Amino acid sequence: MESAEQIRDRLLAQFPGAEISVVTNPGVAAQHSLLLGAAHARAIAEFLRDDANLKLDQCSNVTGIDWPEKEIIETTKSTVPDPAGGPAKVVELKTKRIQPGCLEVVYHLYSIALRHGPVVLRLRTGNRTDQSTVPSLTPVWRACEFQEREVFDLYGVVFEGHPDLRRILMWDAFKDHPMRRDYVEPDDYEWEPTPHGAVLEKAKAHYPAPSVAAVPAAEGAKP
Amino acid sequence: MSDQVTASTPPPPAVTDAERDELRRQGILLTSLQELYTWGNSHSVWPLNFGLACCAIEMIAASMARFDIARFGSEVFRPSPRQADLLIVSGTVTKKMAPQVIRLWNQMPEPKYCIAMGACAISGGPFKQGYNVLKGIDRFIPVDIYIPGCPPRPEALLHGLLELQKKIQGFKISGPDAPRHLRADLKCDCPVPEFGEHDLEPPANPEVWTAPTLVRSEKA
Repeated sequence: MESAEQIRDRLLAQFPGAEISVVTNPGVAAQHSLLLGAAHARAIAEFLRDDANLKLDQCSNVTGIDWPEKEIIETTKSTVPDPAGGPAKVVELKTKRIQPGCLEVVYHLYSIALRHGPVVLRLRTGNRTDQSTVPSLTPVWRACEFQEREVFDLYGVVFEGHPDLRRILMWDAFKDHPMRRDYVEPDDYEWEPTPHGAVLEKAKAHYPAPSVAAVPAAEGAKP
Repeated sequence: MSDQVTASTPPPPAVTDAERDELRRQGILLTSLQELYTWGNSHSVWPLNFGLACCAIEMIAASMARFDIARFGSEVFRPSPRQADLLIVSGTVTKKMAPQVIRLWNQMPEPKYCIAMGACAISGGPFKQGYNVLKGIDRFIPVDIYIPGCPPRPEALLHGLLELQKKIQGFKISGPDAPRHLRADLKCDCPVPEFGEHDLEPPANPEVWTAPTLVRSEKA
């Protein structure tokens, strides 16, 4: 099968002006993926499905990823010559910048006809709040339907062109998206018999204050 | 025996157990209405044909020939809650499924009993901190028997059933100790929670469940 770079070059020849970049995977698997812009995503998906060399006829998996806003501190070193003639000083300049967050959808494509794969596609939303739309690939691969509904349910990504975009796991009146990093779960930690770690911290909020009589007794019990 | 002593202790039974055994050997069966009622009740506990997760597989195994729940009078798994006496909550109760389970419980006629089978039905089990898992069915319906295990073996379910039978045989059929279906002052059904925006509303039924109070002192 062609590498991700080769597929990108062929796609760019086919769709001039499309936003396609290769996201490299530094791990051992080295499964590099193609990050597509929203404008040409549907047409590119159809091309990948119908192309004679690729024939990616099966979408096996659709995943969501939440990338929250991230503060990045960059350090730049510069040397300042000493006016008195001594050794040059090294000055570190720290700049903060905020990398905007986004939601990402990952598609894993295989070819049953040619027995190869996977080709990994990524689509990104503009941000995590009001621009959370990506084009749906359900019209291209029917298998995406339920999985895109799941990503919509748990991450809040809106798929434009999906035939039946409803929640699939949680109930319809549910407002949150539980797989987002900033999801706040309901505080029902009032009864945790053996809490530890993060659960212990949450359970402590429900512990009654020790009574006046209990505290000296507990302290007196210590050796 | 003075009058003062008889006032504070219950009167001795009219017929002792030894005398009853002697009568039974002679072919005379002597019993009370309460004994007859609880005996019949405890040996015809018909479960609801209802499973939620992997514990249901063990429940099915218990009903088959190898473990044979029929030995204890509970082989008649009813497909309708109207004909069932026992709700075996066998598996993880998700928050989305909980109102349906409670509605099934409300549709069962009294006398009815509930067994929480397995870690998930008791407390949420390994999924306790999940965003969509109910932390124990006892937050909404009264549970008679808890069977721990993940999943419990069929023998454990049979033991739970035997314990339930013992519990039923201990019931009084009149007076303040009578079970709820024989008393007018106790409610038999449980309110069904609504699907809220973040959680079930209410998240627990305060008439059935309140969090046990634990006073812990901080370790120095």
